[in-house]
Amino acid sequence: MSAAVHEPEPPEPRDNYLTSAYGVRSWLLTRDHKRIALLYLASINVFFFLGGLFALLIRLELLTPEGDFVQAETYNKLFTMHGVTMIFFFMIPAIPAVLGNFFIPMMIGAKDLAFPRLNLLSWYIYVVGALFTFWAIVHGGVDTGWTFYTPYSTASSNSHVIATAVGIFITGFSSILTGLNFIVTIHTMRAPGMTWFRLPLFVWSSYATSLIIVLGTPVVAVTILMVFAERVLHLGFFDPALGGDPILFQHLFWFYSHPAVYIMVLPAMGVISELVTTFSRKNIFGYKFVAFASIGIAVLGFLVWGHHMFVSGQSVYAGLIFSILSFLVAIPSAVKVFNWTATMYKGSVSYRTPMLYAFGFIGLFTIGGLTGLFLASLGVDVHVHDTYFIIAHFHYIMVGGTIMGYLGGVHYWWPKISGKLYPEGWAKFAALVIFIGFNLTFFPQFILGYLGMPRRYHAYPEEFQVLNVMSTAGASILGVGYIIPLIYMVWSMRYGRNAPANPWGSTGLEWKTTSPPPTDNFETPPVVTEDPYVYSHEEVEVVG
Amino acid sequence: MSEHVVPVKIYVTVFVTLLVMTAATTLISGVDLGPWNTVVALAIACFKASLVVLYFMHAKYSPKLTRVVIFGGLFWLAILLAITFSDFVSRGWIT
Amino acid sequence: MADAAHEHASAGTPPGALQHHFESMAQQKDAASLGMWVFLVTEILFFGGLFLAYMIYRWANARAFAHASLHMDIALGTTNTAVLIISSLTMAMAVHSAATGRRRLLIGFLVATMILGAGFLGIKAVEYTDHIHHHLFPGPGFHYPVPAEAKPAELFFSLYFAMTGLHALHMIVGLGILTTLLLMARRGRFTPEYHTPVEISGLYWHFVDIVWIFLFPLLYLIGRHLH
Repeated sequence: MSAAVHEPEPPEPRDNYLTSAYGVRSWLLTRDHKRIALLYLASINVFFFLGGLFALLIRLELLTPEGDFVQAETYNKLFTMHGVTMIFFFMIPAIPAVLGNFFIPMMIGAKDLAFPRLNLLSWYIYVVGALFTFWAIVHGGVDTGWTFYTPYSTASSNSHVIATAVGIFITGFSSILTGLNFIVTIHTMRAPGMTWFRLPLFVWSSYATSLIIVLGTPVVAVTILMVFAERVLHLGFFDPALGGDPILFQHLFWFYSHPAVYIMVLPAMGVISELVTTFSRKNIFGYKFVAFASIGIAVLGFLVWGHHMFVSGQSVYAGLIFSILSFLVAIPSAVKVFNWTATMYKGSVSYRTPMLYAFGFIGLFTIGGLTGLFLASLGVDVHVHDTYFIIAHFHYIMVGGTIMGYLGGVHYWWPKISGKLYPEGWAKFAALVIFIGFNLTFFPQFILGYLGMPRRYHAYPEEFQVLNVMSTAGASILGVGYIIPLIYMVWSMRYGRNAPANPWGSTGLEWKTTSPPPTDNFETPPVVTEDPYVYSHEEVEVVG
Repeated sequence: MSEHVVPVKIYVTVFVTLLVMTAATTLISGVDLGPWNTVVALAIACFKASLVVLYFMHAKYSPKLTRVVIFGGLFWLAILLAITFSDFVSRGWIT
Repeated sequence: MADAAHEHASAGTPPGALQHHFESMAQQKDAASLGMWVFLVTEILFFGGLFLAYMIYRWANARAFAHASLHMDIALGTTNTAVLIISSLTMAMAVHSAATGRRRLLIGFLVATMILGAGFLGIKAVEYTDHIHHHLFPGPGFHYPVPAEAKPAELFFSLYFAMTGLHALHMIVGLGILTTLLLMARRGRFTPEYHTPVEISGLYWHFVDIVWIFLFPLLYLIGRHLH
């Protein structure tokens, strides 16, 4: 909005967390949650683009019906590495380790997380795990699918299963320690007056996410250990030759990996709650419903894992129970969507870039979530399991949902993090490109899956080519869309206008301190006396 | 949080009980109780574990949140065991 | 502001014990304690995966598992259980000594706990060696005296080595933690007002004991009633 230009550019704060110390050591040995968040930001972005590279190669192969770009075995490695890098090294850590690390202490009025050194260790553990997996990638990769199903992963695969498994195992501990840190911080370090029901909803979702992390991740960790033991030490756990059951692997794997998708989406939902209230200048509709919905998603999310196993040989009766529970788990998510919408109703809505991402999230997550209900129906899933319908479903949630939430959050809090404003025009353009590119990539995949195109195949019948070409075109546009923010965010760090303390006129403790904040977050420790999201009805200039 | 120092007498009592229960579980395991052998063995193990948690780990003297955390962990383990087992049981799975 | 809180830390608190981001020693202690309990919950789920596999495969192969369990040395197993229970007592006494300001007793009990822990590992090493000599380690070298039950027996021994092996790894880490505590205690770092590291390490040690309390009957005692 051009009206904002009348405000003089604020001076840079004299001493903030970015300027308090210089040099590589001050970053690599930092205990400051804000600097650690930036260490994570850099690392996860590397893996995001690496995962994107694998996606590009997959889509290039799928331009033509024949398997003519890569061999089948190579293609298996491409989709495996795409899944592994995106899920374990980008999606799971992204919002918690970057935005959660940076803002949870500030939102509760604390100086840091409960265990700052553990926080730094978490990052190092992430890096070590990532390096193991990176080693595996450059030495030929893994071809088991990110799901590592036995007996292929334990007995037959000749690819670097162990190195990748070890990498994921190690990085899992990074996730566990982050979740543990968040839980303890939120319980014990809230500022005076910051009661549970005065917490911003981003903190509630982060708390629920942390519960899932500490309860679920250890199970996939021991499962990976069992795969390792079977493959290397010849202990038998999933080996049918000994009377073992490969489906036991699937139970153990999905016990974590289904809740994992809520680890990926809950933090994004938390971001959306912040964006919708700020950019509607209105209190959230039904605060307690939204807060408890986060907990409900976390709890119910642990009871539905068998919906990934409807056709695996699992008992039909178990399938029935998992199906019903999977319908139930949609309810708290729906509550959130309704409440965000009701928040916007009669609000003073402004269409800043973060809000555009919020709109994108709400629409695309809803589509992804509804298609999840189709899949929860046993009868439908039997037909579309392992087709592109599934791929479209989870990408609508993961990319249309989570990544939009991530980008919305990064844009929203960028002024606070960097002390700079990103260029709004370019940002809106990129958001539009991403939205178009995303839908062009993944909507055709719903149709492809419904028509029967299987996933994880590098060749397909000719009649599917048109939709595949559309999808690849969309992916190219989406890729460009993601590169644009990378460029202007980096540009803004040097050339962007200085940001004021509260460019959006938002409530919340993080906006009551300077942009960027001082190392201890607040000049004086805050005392909280009012509820969150108390917006006045006067017009406030929104800067940027 | 008030610092509660547990009297040594309690520690020793718990310790002796644990040793006695260990001897008991070893001895009972030699008696054929049919399916009840497993139940008794697990019951004794749970009893021993409870003593360690309540007294050695001070759960009895800890805030309510600690007990919620312990219960939560055990409950989640129960979910993992019960639901997975229900698949195998209802499948008619034989090796 | 924050400095005032730091000054209020009681006279018995060693300098530098209150970390900068906490407002009080009580808050710091609560955080440390909750953190360790949450970590132990992750350990429950971590071991839980193996207990799940055990439960299912034992249910499906009850007799073969019971027979395989007879290859365990009951004397060594019971002894080890007693060793760990004694070590839990000494660990609890170590915490008690720290809480009552008795440095020498604290050091003594820590050393006792470490000796007992090492003893446990020694006995396990003896057991493992024995099992391996009898070709009971799963894999190509596995050879079982009752061919009809060889496959489920190999499942049993896979679970045995995995569960006790994972437990032993946790014991080794525990010994490392106790060593660190010992060095800190010798330097007089602990007082009645500040001995949180001893307390939370105690929680970890007791947890590892509890895992063994379950492993012992499930792995050593399931076949004895068949004789």
